[in-house]
Amino acid sequence: MDDPADTPVIPDAWAKLRRFTPARIALGRAGTSVPTEAQLAFQLAHARARDAVHHSLATDVLRTALAQRGHTVATVRSAAPDRKTYLQRPDLGRRLDETSRTALAALKAADDAPFDVAIVLADGLSAFAIEQNALPFLDAMLPRLPASAWKLAPLVVAEQSRVALGDDIAVTLHARMVAILIGERPGLSSPDSLGIYLTWQPRIGTTDAQRNCISNIRREGLDIDLAADKLLWLMNEARSRQLSGVSLKDDTQAPHERLAAPATNFLLDSLP
Amino acid sequence: MPRYAHTVDGTRYRFADLKSLLAKATPARSGDHLAGIAAGSDEERVAARMALAELPLATFLDEVPIPYEEDEVTRLIIDEHDNTAFAPVSHLTVGDFRNWLLSEAADEPTLAALAPGLTPEMAAAVSKIMRVQDLILVAKKCRVVTAFRNTIGLAGHMATRLQPNHPTDDPAGVAASIVDGLMYGCGDAVIGVNPASDNVHTVTTLLRMLDAVIAKYRIPTQACVLTHVTTTIEAIGRSAPVDLVFQSIAGTESANAGFGVNLAVLAEARDAALSLRRGTVGDHVMYFETGQGSALSANAHHGVDQQTCEARAYAVARKFKPLLVNTVVGFIGPEYLYDGKQITRAGLEDHFCGKLLGVPMGCDVCYTNHAEADQDDMDALLTLLAAAGVNYVMGVPGSDDVMLNYQSTSFHDALYIRQVLGLRPAPEFEAWLRDIGIFAPGEALALAQDLPAPFRHALAKLD
Repeated sequence: MDDPADTPVIPDAWAKLRRFTPARIALGRAGTSVPTEAQLAFQLAHARARDAVHHSLATDVLRTALAQRGHTVATVRSAAPDRKTYLQRPDLGRRLDETSRTALAALKAADDAPFDVAIVLADGLSAFAIEQNALPFLDAMLPRLPASAWKLAPLVVAEQSRVALGDDIAVTLHARMVAILIGERPGLSSPDSLGIYLTWQPRIGTTDAQRNCISNIRREGLDIDLAADKLLWLMNEARSRQLSGVSLKDDTQAPHERLAAPATNFLLDSLP
Repeated sequence: MPRYAHTVDGTRYRFADLKSLLAKATPARSGDHLAGIAAGSDEERVAARMALAELPLATFLDEVPIPYEEDEVTRLIIDEHDNTAFAPVSHLTVGDFRNWLLSEAADEPTLAALAPGLTPEMAAAVSKIMRVQDLILVAKKCRVVTAFRNTIGLAGHMATRLQPNHPTDDPAGVAASIVDGLMYGCGDAVIGVNPASDNVHTVTTLLRMLDAVIAKYRIPTQACVLTHVTTTIEAIGRSAPVDLVFQSIAGTESANAGFGVNLAVLAEARDAALSLRRGTVGDHVMYFETGQGSALSANAHHGVDQQTCEARAYAVARKFKPLLVNTVVGFIGPEYLYDGKQITRAGLEDHFCGKLLGVPMGCDVCYTNHAEADQDDMDALLTLLAAAGVNYVMGVPGSDDVMLNYQSTSFHDALYIRQVLGLRPAPEFEAWLRDIGIFAPGEALALAQDLPAPFRHALAKLD
């Protein structure tokens, strides 16, 4: 433990307020600047977030793990050839490259009957999110989808993918809905956050207003089983009401609205 | 038939129309490439600038990039153009307009008088042939002062928005970040919360809390909950204490429709806020945020480059006499502004165009984790903007916005730039900082060692 007299860092007298927020408050100061320790902690968080953006999805590992579970797996790429292009051309990340499209078309059902749902595992802006959360999520989700109720398309692993690549995949495979698991834009403290977008009757040009989203799936965020329950509810509703998007309100999200939060707090409770 | 052309060493570059000329003259950025309207080569870009430099400024009154009949922002720009104010520069080309802006003839009162005579397209056009130092030098001569409970934009001053966001809008969490910011001398532009929820009950809860904090500690500043304008109108209807009305705006009617707003609803909101008469030293009640790329992302850009679209948003802003307007320059992502270089240039262009048009410009100096940018880029842009006389910047605890998941400037950053350039907070707010004991007595802006008594008492209850 440093003797306070030995360090030029001036601590902030309100460190106990950290209990109320994950924000980087009470960092202290060196002169008026951020102290070295806090500065390096920030750089580490930013480095992890950037690594998440630029990390390539380990598709072989994922394929092997899925094959061991007995799933048919297809790997596809978007029309964005590399990360730099992907980041600047969201339009290319929304459509399949032609080789992938041809390979995927060969996996349509023999009688060309539609699949009930296609599930896509997509790198998006964080391959870490897929690598850390996709398998646990599928292990929770797939038992909720018995073959008697759901005709599942082959699982698809997608690289350099935007959310709308799922539409192209579903059209190519002939699936009536698509659930795309995708790495969300990394935050400074959440480099591995997974999002799921569900779309009923996806077409090329489907807008985000026609999708339902489950966000922030990660160890410190939304629980895997809760996320699986939400997706199952959305899939059942989408199928029975034949729609998805803004008109399909997720009633299971009620706990999110913490409206009972008191208007008062330590700053207002009393003043001498 | 191409209307504009320029020949460089025998190569004839043709530009189909005014908006194409503007787009191809723009410094390279990913959003214009994404839209397919950027120059095809560096030489074509400079050829476009040469053609643009020869264009009479008055051209922009006769030819508009988005048709008058189709777009209410164009109608606003044309209908409210002040020809008398325009007269001193009406004979100039774009190229000579740059020369004139840099000259001593273009001093502070002259530029203030000129602002209503300029259209956003004129400002955008001249910015495209200006270097970074030009953008700084001219913006520094444009002063736009506004007031509500304090005075923002005075020479030698720079304000900060205290941005105490919390992932679930928890009032105690918001209050914790407010303490952090105030103790570092931030919050004179506004204490402004981006709520996670658009629910009117949540918004009203936050508004009452902010109002109570400002009243209880007698802080000469204003509060804002940055929710949709219609939610704020509803909150005013429920007697919530609204200081400022916030709205994101863009430079085309269809992009504004994508935000769910139009000029009429902005006017309605301003009237509602004015009716509350909550300002003490002024009645600027609007707060707008903008950003290059928003029109393109809404597929509402009409083939107009993102910087010109952005300048048009300032015409919308100035119509409503705002207290604060800031571009959120790096928030939109690398498909519009790829890296630190593009973000830096865009931030300075936005600040320049806004100030030239008479808008009280601040800037959210920021980036996302998928952009090629880091804290060094933000330090550079903050320093350049402060040199250019930016009205305010953001203050986020430790630069990390834990609700919006992006990085902006911090309370520490604001103190850095105050120290380097000698910039002071709004005078009313600085007096409060001294009276309550956040700043130590004396001329220099030094933080006091001890927690001021009212805050010490508030925190003591937590033990």
